[in-house]
Amino acid sequence: MDYETVIGLEVHAQLLTDSKAFCSCTTRFGAEPNSNTCPICLGMPGVLPVLNRKALEFTVRMAIACNCEINEVSRFARKNYYYPDLPKNYQISQYELPVAEHGWVDVETPEGVRRIGITRIHMEEDAGKLIHDEQKPVSYVDLNRTGVPLMEVVSEPEIRSPEEAAAYLRALHSILVYLRICDGNMQEGSFRCDANVSVRPRGETAFGVKAELKNMNSFRNVQKALQYEIDRQIEVLTDGGRIVQETRLFDPVSGTTSSMRSKEQAHDYRYFPDPDLLPLHVEPALIDRLKATMPELPSEKKERLIKQFGIPGYDAAVLTASRELAEYFEETVSLFPNPKLVSNWIMTELMRSLKGEETGIACCPVNPKQLAALLQLIDNGTISGKIAKTVFEEMYATGKDPAVIIEEKGLVQVSDKEELAAVIRRVLDENAGEVAKFLGGKTKLMGFFVGQAMKATKGKANPAVVNQILAEELRKKAEGK
Amino acid sequence: MAHLYELTAIELARMLRKKETSSVQITESLLNRIDSVEPNIRAYVDVTRETALEMASEADRRLASGDVRPLTGIPILIKNNMCFRGHRTTCGSRILANFVPPYDATVVTRIKEEGMVILGTANMDEFAMGSSTETSYWGPTRNPWNLDTTPGGSSGGSAAAVAACIATVSLGSDTGGSIRLPASFCGVVGMKPTYGSVSRYGLVAYASSLDQIGPFARDTADLALLLNLICGHDPKDSTSVPRPHPDFTTYLDKPVAGMTLGVPTEFFSKLENPDVSKACAEARSIFERLGVKFTELSLPHLDYGIAAYYIIAPSEASSNLARYDGVKYGHRAEKFDSMIDMYCQTRAEGFGAEVKRRIMLGTYALSSGYYDAYYLKAAKVRTLITNDFKTAFRTCDAIFCPTAPSPPFRIGEKIDDPIQMYLTDVFTIPVNMAGLPGISVPAGLSGDRLPVGFQLVAPHFEEARLVQLAAAFQKETDHHLQRPSL
Repeated sequence: MDYETVIGLEVHAQLLTDSKAFCSCTTRFGAEPNSNTCPICLGMPGVLPVLNRKALEFTVRMAIACNCEINEVSRFARKNYYYPDLPKNYQISQYELPVAEHGWVDVETPEGVRRIGITRIHMEEDAGKLIHDEQKPVSYVDLNRTGVPLMEVVSEPEIRSPEEAAAYLRALHSILVYLRICDGNMQEGSFRCDANVSVRPRGETAFGVKAELKNMNSFRNVQKALQYEIDRQIEVLTDGGRIVQETRLFDPVSGTTSSMRSKEQAHDYRYFPDPDLLPLHVEPALIDRLKATMPELPSEKKERLIKQFGIPGYDAAVLTASRELAEYFEETVSLFPNPKLVSNWIMTELMRSLKGEETGIACCPVNPKQLAALLQLIDNGTISGKIAKTVFEEMYATGKDPAVIIEEKGLVQVSDKEELAAVIRRVLDENAGEVAKFLGGKTKLMGFFVGQAMKATKGKANPAVVNQILAEELRKKAEGK
Repeated sequence: MAHLYELTAIELARMLRKKETSSVQITESLLNRIDSVEPNIRAYVDVTRETALEMASEADRRLASGDVRPLTGIPILIKNNMCFRGHRTTCGSRILANFVPPYDATVVTRIKEEGMVILGTANMDEFAMGSSTETSYWGPTRNPWNLDTTPGGSSGGSAAAVAACIATVSLGSDTGGSIRLPASFCGVVGMKPTYGSVSRYGLVAYASSLDQIGPFARDTADLALLLNLICGHDPKDSTSVPRPHPDFTTYLDKPVAGMTLGVPTEFFSKLENPDVSKACAEARSIFERLGVKFTELSLPHLDYGIAAYYIIAPSEASSNLARYDGVKYGHRAEKFDSMIDMYCQTRAEGFGAEVKRRIMLGTYALSSGYYDAYYLKAAKVRTLITNDFKTAFRTCDAIFCPTAPSPPFRIGEKIDDPIQMYLTDVFTIPVNMAGLPGISVPAGLSGDRLPVGFQLVAPHFEEARLVQLAAAFQKETDHHLQRPSL
């Protein structure tokens, strides 16, 4: 039977506020355990939460970017469950009235643009972390992360494949990073994703029984986990079995999912409105102010780059994958107005060099000014495109300007006709057999002669000049014959 | 000459300004009185003697330097559910028996800034759940008027201490009547201010949407002074209302002629106790003599008040008390064989029966599938009750009714009958449900020489009107001057 996949994603994004959601503790990552805490985030008896307005603004920004309806009044609710990393044994979240609902994002897929609906966007607080002693039956709790503001973005169950899920996640990720409201770090857990997945016979409108997948900490793992789970579900159904509603954990090592808890073991969170926090009013004036100060979003930026610079859609998509990369491109183009050449260099040499480093474009040792200078040197014939690649590697390794490297290494391109003609004549003399074959009609050997000339000049010869002189010298030989 | 411990805050403040006494002398007078009387009453969880004397010395330094505020140097007792840095804040519970908060509640900060002297912490029903102060882990507090009767609850310690002159004034908290009922039972004046007018920051939560801190005093003048101190916006409490309050002492001498008091027929039709009826009738005639008009009115949804309260308050409590799990502070069971077992044993040992009853009630009411039928329905009833009061206030300035259906009952009389205990709060609970200010004023003694009080309820943020009416009443009567013989 032909099955259709139904996927809905829940994304948790840690908001980049300076202080926590309901107290003034810092959100800085990596401090001594339990040092970023106060009576409020420790859930001491008698403490009360006060909302960090910045966290609300960040959430509203995301809601605007995702084309959501923003609720004029929303409510915080308590999600009750017992766990030692949750000092109050309830999490302040939102339930019946989230900050925003009914939005969408457009996602690029190989089959074209797909519009994925956003069910809701709401705010909540993060929990702490448990650290389990491997030797002793003891666990330690670090509450530094407790109370850090989170935003949850819930998609409609409209995603139809693991590839689409990954594309949707990349789109959300890039919006969050563009808005500078989340650092997007999946390893550190600033950007987390749970997936609800089910399958149904194609044509069926009712949903199949779903599984909730957890513990996928990269785009690739999300895709792998979903694919495994879809295959598993189809196999169960094909064998005449039934899917049970459950929460399943992804194991990145084996690439499989396994049951964590069944529906019967699922928590009853006993949500109710948090009496310590008043209904949250989002004034139209705030929405207007945030709308007016929205940065250009990835899709808008992409369209503009295509229009303004005439670069291909593919280039624009790669360049706008991050706000920093796009800004790097635009700055380079402003200094060296050949957009396609700049785009090529960024997408090949620059991206290849960045791959090895986790730091990304923000910490790239070659700044736009230096890249523009390098391209300028190719353009005015000081160095060849090939030499430029060597120069770029050196720039990336040392951070030096291209002119300095060329000077130090003596890499200036040789364009002097006299000098090159002498080299070429010597090359032709040394390869008399090949010359004869060339003259006999094997014109493909032209490339061989160019290569020999470049080799003789250690690559510094201006290829255009070499080609021109070679043609002349070979014609002379032909005529002389 | 009267002892210092018998005097009101205003009298003591006057003497301090005239240098006729010192804060240390006043404090010592109260501490001596505590030594002789407290063992019979058990109003205190802890007498913080050393801290009190230090605070008194500091107050005397301030008095000498001229840095004086209205209540500088005056002793006060605080209910043991208000965080008092460095002193155990137990909420009358075993589970917090060793909990010493690292911070001060906002009211405690204000008391310290004023230069008042904290004598200690007052006994209370466990987590403020009770109407008799019998559910305290530390044992019951006794009513100074008759040691076999309860002082009411849950702020029984705060009320009994003021009545017994082992505290000059005190603070309590009121979720369903926990200030007004003990005020009535102990023959003192006690007020629950409008929800949102006193910061709850540092008040250990029972039912957050109903809890409110308020003052106890022997007369309205002292109460007004303490109200001036504790009312006001606190940015640490999101439910605290940013609005200025008047100087309540300026309402102590205002005439009340021409004001109208509403009498809810539903309240008086429930009243069976002759002592309470008689006291209310006498109070009414005194008000009438002062030129106050009375009008009958109806609060049709009052009957549902207790039922709705016992859904909402336990629901919030079940969540508020979830943090007492043995992980971070407070009691932890010694024997357990898993994390879940540790939670279970700790909570089984740490909480008393009434607290467990309400946690279970609330957990049930919030459960999936029951939420709409219980919590949501109760929330709607709450809105109806609030609207009843709004309608009532179109025809009157304040509502007049009994505080409690009876004079103080005997210790042990209702402790095994939760429904009878809950019904004690029938006149006070609706006021919390609507978030209104209410005051209990001494109205005389029963045939058995036990105190009876009446209650006045005003529209939101009209505490001043309650002060005005209570003060006018006390000018005409000496009920508030009666003292139990100890």
